[in-house]
Amino acid sequence: MTGPPFWEKPLLAIAEQVRFLGAFFRNLFRPGFEWGEFVRQCYLIGYKSLGLCGITGFILGFVLTLQSEPTMKEFGAQSFVPSMVAISVIREIGPVIIALICAGKVASSIGAELGSMKVTEQIDAMEVSGASPMQYLVVTRILACTIMLPILTLIADALALLGGWVASNISNKVALVVYFNKSFSSLDFSDLIPAVIKTIFFGFAIGFVGSYKGYNSDRGTESVGVAANSAVVSASLWVIVLDAIAVQLTSVFAYS
Amino acid sequence: MKAPIIPPTANDTRRTEKFPENQPVSAAQNNQQEVVVDVRHLAKSFGKNKVLTDLTYQLYRGENLIVLGKSGTGKSVSIKCMVGMLQQDSGSLKVFGEEVKDLDEDGLRELRIRIGFLFQSGALYDSMTVFDNLAFPLTRVLKLKDDAEIEKRVKEALEGVGLADAVNKMPSDLSGGQRKRIGLARTLILKPEIMLYDEPTTGLDPITSREISELIREMQKKYNISSIIITHDMECARITGDRIIVMKAGSITAEGQYDELANAPDEFVRSFFQPA
Repeated sequence: MTGPPFWEKPLLAIAEQVRFLGAFFRNLFRPGFEWGEFVRQCYLIGYKSLGLCGITGFILGFVLTLQSEPTMKEFGAQSFVPSMVAISVIREIGPVIIALICAGKVASSIGAELGSMKVTEQIDAMEVSGASPMQYLVVTRILACTIMLPILTLIADALALLGGWVASNISNKVALVVYFNKSFSSLDFSDLIPAVIKTIFFGFAIGFVGSYKGYNSDRGTESVGVAANSAVVSASLWVIVLDAIAVQLTSVFAYS
Repeated sequence: MKAPIIPPTANDTRRTEKFPENQPVSAAQNNQQEVVVDVRHLAKSFGKNKVLTDLTYQLYRGENLIVLGKSGTGKSVSIKCMVGMLQQDSGSLKVFGEEVKDLDEDGLRELRIRIGFLFQSGALYDSMTVFDNLAFPLTRVLKLKDDAEIEKRVKEALEGVGLADAVNKMPSDLSGGQRKRIGLARTLILKPEIMLYDEPTTGLDPITSREISELIREMQKKYNISSIIITHDMECARITGDRIIVMKAGSITAEGQYDELANAPDEFVRSFFQPA
């Protein structure tokens, strides 16, 4: 006896995710948007992640400067350090690192929260009462992630530049204004805008994967852990894949 | 082998024998009683596991119907089909005369407003206070905007289940029995015409179980609610039930009133009524 073909399971999983995406967009434009829950999620996802993202951003700029400065000094290009740090942080390292941090922190928490709501029948209770759990739980979380991730990334980027300035001041005295002027002089809108756009997609992917994994978790307490874990793994993978696509598109359209 | 269906007693106005196959049930046929849920030849499988094989029963307006059966015989599956959480593989399931599986998203939402579902755990939203739990269906389903009206209804519902002082508590601060009461209040706040109880007394001490059972009876009398009560608690079945059906292997094996089934010739049926 032969079992189902090997491609059946992944195809069904893709179909399920497409269906979930369709339900998200249907509920997004349905009347009765949950503003209160959306603001609460923005607070939980954005404000509550600010400390972690801020510290990470600061240390990112600090370490990058410390490590690149000796090499640049050898070539007499020490003055290019602020520009180099700014370009690498804003174009690539900032968005990806902050997205990966949020994939760990936010996707897991959404996955675990919705997973435990599923296990304790709270989502079912919401659904059978005639309310829409998609609108209340999923739309608000995905949208909050989509909006908060670019903001967190911009704040982390700014703190990374500050970290770079602090690191530069260890060896040489540089005025903050001079350092920032030097950093910004090398930046263009073609650096900033594609980076912000890709963080919007990163945020959407993190919210979507976390919600999908939690909302569709199995029954049983073990599945809460499984939902949280697979949310982190999938969201991180999506961030990397989307980044590869974004870099390719940016190099074709923005820097050509 | 199926146990014989026990005929109704002389003064029993409720129908207690099975319906003839493929015949519509009129109110006149049933002593003027209106059928609110009509389940016919319902079948449902999960993979190779056939949970429901041929389930047929009716629920009449204002009655409490107890569903007994061993775990895994499809009791919960049948009531989940009633609210569209699951869809049957074959057979018919009509609620208020409408085939549930044919309803679109809006139709299903409207139907769900008329049906209350009390989950085994109470299923309170644990990130919200008791007040917010009760206000949730009012603001999201009935779309009430007036704060005074919402407050009044929440207060009334909590008083109805005897927990008016729990209004500002979080679900984690409540006992199992209190959670079920609040869950019941949250369901009843929408004034449903049908209540589906999934093991309402499981995991509770005998005193609280009795209180919940009496509350179910009280709600039935007060609001004329028709209820399907899935339970393994025979004290709950005795207090709340007007009629009992016993399920075995995905279909009904016996139907009757408490005393009748307690003395049924079939040992399987009788075993539910014997102390463990």
